[in-house]
Amino acid sequence: MSSAAVDSAESAAAARARWEAACQATPTRAVPFETMSGVPVDGVYGDPPFPGQFPYTRGIHPAMYRSRLWTMRMFAGFGTALDTNRRFRELLKHGGTGLSTAFDMPTLMGRDSDSPWSLGEVGRAGVAVDTLADVEDLFRDIDLSRVSTSMTINGPAAVLLAMYIVAAEKTGVVPEQLSGTIQNDILKEYQAQKEYIYPPRPSMRIITDMIRYTTAHMPRWHPISISGYHIREAGSTAAQELAFTLANGFAYVEAAIAAGEDVNAFGRRLSFFFNSHLDFFEEIGKLRAARRIWARWMKDHYGATNEKAWMCRFHTQTAGVSLTAQQPENNIARVAIQALAAVLGGTQSLHTDSYDEAMALPSEKAVRIALRTQQIVAHETGVTNVADPLGGAPFVEWMTDEMERQAEAVFAHLLELGDGSILEGVFQGIENGYFVGEIADAAYRYEREVNSGRRIVVGVNRFTEGNDETDVNLLRIEEDTERDQLERLARVKSERNDRAVQEALEGVTRTARDPSANLMPAILTAVREYATVEEIGTAMEQVFGRYVERAVV
Amino acid sequence: MTQHGHEADTVFARALAGDRRALGRLLSLVERGGPAAERITELAHPHSGRAHIVGITGAPGAGKSTLTGQLMRLLPERSFRPAVLAVDPSSPLTGGAILGDRIRMDDLAGESAFIRSMATRGHSGGLALAVPGALRVFDAVGYDPVIVETVGVGQVEVDVAGAADTTVVVVTPGWGDAVQANKAGLLEVADIFVVNKADRPGAADARRDLELMLDLSHVTGQEDAAGYRPPIVMAQALDGTGADALWEAVAEHRSHLEATGQMADRRRRRLRLEVISRLDQMAQAQAAAVLADDVGRQLLGEVEQRQMAPTTAAARLAERLLTDRRSGRGTG
Amino acid sequence: MQDRIRIILAKLGLDGHDRGIKVVARILRDAGMEVIYLGLRQTTAGIVTAALEEDADAVGLSMHNAGHLTLAPAMVKALREADLNIPVIIGGIIPDEDRERLTEAGVAAVLGPGASAEEVVQAVRQAVARQSDGGAS
Repeated sequence: MSSAAVDSAESAAAARARWEAACQATPTRAVPFETMSGVPVDGVYGDPPFPGQFPYTRGIHPAMYRSRLWTMRMFAGFGTALDTNRRFRELLKHGGTGLSTAFDMPTLMGRDSDSPWSLGEVGRAGVAVDTLADVEDLFRDIDLSRVSTSMTINGPAAVLLAMYIVAAEKTGVVPEQLSGTIQNDILKEYQAQKEYIYPPRPSMRIITDMIRYTTAHMPRWHPISISGYHIREAGSTAAQELAFTLANGFAYVEAAIAAGEDVNAFGRRLSFFFNSHLDFFEEIGKLRAARRIWARWMKDHYGATNEKAWMCRFHTQTAGVSLTAQQPENNIARVAIQALAAVLGGTQSLHTDSYDEAMALPSEKAVRIALRTQQIVAHETGVTNVADPLGGAPFVEWMTDEMERQAEAVFAHLLELGDGSILEGVFQGIENGYFVGEIADAAYRYEREVNSGRRIVVGVNRFTEGNDETDVNLLRIEEDTERDQLERLARVKSERNDRAVQEALEGVTRTARDPSANLMPAILTAVREYATVEEIGTAMEQVFGRYVERAVV
Repeated sequence: MTQHGHEADTVFARALAGDRRALGRLLSLVERGGPAAERITELAHPHSGRAHIVGITGAPGAGKSTLTGQLMRLLPERSFRPAVLAVDPSSPLTGGAILGDRIRMDDLAGESAFIRSMATRGHSGGLALAVPGALRVFDAVGYDPVIVETVGVGQVEVDVAGAADTTVVVVTPGWGDAVQANKAGLLEVADIFVVNKADRPGAADARRDLELMLDLSHVTGQEDAAGYRPPIVMAQALDGTGADALWEAVAEHRSHLEATGQMADRRRRRLRLEVISRLDQMAQAQAAAVLADDVGRQLLGEVEQRQMAPTTAAARLAERLLTDRRSGRGTG
Repeated sequence: MQDRIRIILAKLGLDGHDRGIKVVARILRDAGMEVIYLGLRQTTAGIVTAALEEDADAVGLSMHNAGHLTLAPAMVKALREADLNIPVIIGGIIPDEDRERLTEAGVAAVLGPGASAEEVVQAVRQAVARQSDGGAS
């Protein structure tokens, strides 16, 4: 195996000793590490490099889940800011330390609640944010110096980050104290999720400005979470998910290096987000390959010398697209298998989907079953006793190598497209339809296989007896949310200083015109004056334009 | 026939009066071919000949639609009523097509513009007939300029774009696009070049390549007696840079054509080409009919039995064709 | 006369899930139809303009944002107001219990998740055939 060659100078025994020393330095959970029948098990089996050792194929921590389980992070957010605030405070009261925010579709697309585009979507799939006032409500009575906040937003990420900073400031918390992550992965939007606003190059400039700002002022903040999840959901293969995601990661690294950032300082604050689909070993191979590829590229191509900058840390979510509307209870079994794959793949955190998501927003009961599924994997199956328990299995290692091989072929293509630069190659691939074309081809192939019956989907094209017996309670969001939010926005708009808002917005446009200026201070000023998400976005759009993708079907 | 004539007459009258929906219908009738299409051609021809026909072509992904969209934004501001005919290839297997050119035009086009998508095989008369038919209809009901956008991949597409009053060829930096364009025969038909994505590395090289090819006048065949040399416009279609310059170049080319009498020449040539295409189609349809009848089958059989030479059979059939009294219509 | 069916495919509103609509575009193309693909972020007004300029036989909408109960009827209404008598077919995440309300609002066919390629093609063909029998101009 080629990965072993990296540390070939070190004997297996020395690697083992190094691993044991590393394990001893980390406390383990207070549970017996033995089988259900009482057989004690070792913390790792097989050959080096061991977990916690470069290139981290077997995991980024030496003892993996013996020392700490993955974070069971369930994504939440709905209705108005005050509704979500109540949910947050409930979570914190029960010992939670991390808040994960989902925004509604208008906010994700940079539209205000009173935009004609927002009709019927306000507060539906997440919380509605129009102005600073909403973010103040969202985190009301929460000490932002003591929680870690995750915000899933991309197109208008700079505006939301600014709102978070100012909301904290108003409670006496300075940016240096803030900790959390903002998704801010715009490249995958053009490739898959399609929640973009500006064309790719100006978007990259905004992200570079944010990286500079957070590096200077927010040492505990993760300015980007590179997400393959949406690429897979759009229909890609496992290898495409892996390759496109890591390529996007390389693109951000190249952009940050070009902007003068230190790859060690910046690299250690990057994190990833992958999908866990149904093909068990393919998923495990994909996650193991991700760590190996990232470590090698960061070390060899980008010259990172800090171990933390080599480590690919990631969150995983089970595959929403794998859920079926037919016999929805079967989805519980699908999610359990996907969750197990994510854990055997060594994830740092996990979200499990609810079985009713193919039909509507998840109900409370379905969310609870999803969380229980993770708890069963964590506490009942014994898979957490041994780090990378599948490591060394011929098929698993072959699959890991195969995933890496396919990903490297994609990187080679992008390097060619970009004349030696992955960043430029990704831009070209977005503009010439490479990514969307590849994904559409894969999605169509899958669909045809299901249609022809070559690929069996239980309850859909086989074993369909009982399809009419489902009895699922669907969650509906009340219409009140939209009305409340519109009233709130109108009130904020009537109470602010219109002239100051106008001047601040002109400042944003002016700054956008100057490629050497950082946009963050101008956006912060506009946010302080209670300019809306859409107003600030439009001020930049005047310079950057709006992206319309060409039809690649 | 009368019924077709009736529908065609009514729809044409409504389209002429500015009914956009009727125009949409009219274009379908023209595209479908047959008696209704012929009637529409009769009705439209006297009204046509006013619009400036602009062909825009280039490799897939060169940014033709975006550039066209930018013209659609610009032209109404200058009191033009532009129409676009966007031609895309059909699947050779099923005849179906995915027509996606509107996506990058729609947002920009206003009420006074009209966009129509056409698939290369979505009609029975052949692209060489359907396109002139559609352009004539736009022209007759008052659209000017009329832009026809095709992917410069096949000979027919190149011919269609090349038959315009002014032909714009769009290339992008890198990829040896200019060389590809040359191979595809696009350089011969170009009156104007656009180097799109001009902010990209390699844009200057693309420009230089084109200049070089233009210098070799035998390659271009364009540097005419009046000294017209195709200009090269640098553009960034995504943000609209270069759209003004492109339109200026188009207008200048038009003035050049008018001043030198070449406009009339081009139009004469185009009409002649259309008559030939039509004649060709009719002759083929007739030939197919003659081949399929009793005598035709008998002669073919004799050729297969080596009792008659193919040339003799063809000559006998041609004789029959020319003396045949049956209606000369294509099958439509 | 067996004309080639021309169908507009689009997504209304902000929802960006286009995996399904792209698969449907290919299915319909492979069934010999001409698909005028408008893609993401369309308005009812924009679709009406495209439908009349393209002389479309049908409009297909893909919906994954739970907004189908407001957006689909709005589409039907906009087409009728423009005197365009063509069927609206919707697909995506549509709960069974909403089908009746959508049909009442004038939607010609509803294709749920997991509809097969044949079902999609048949739904379009039948909706177009029904509408032209129903005395469309």
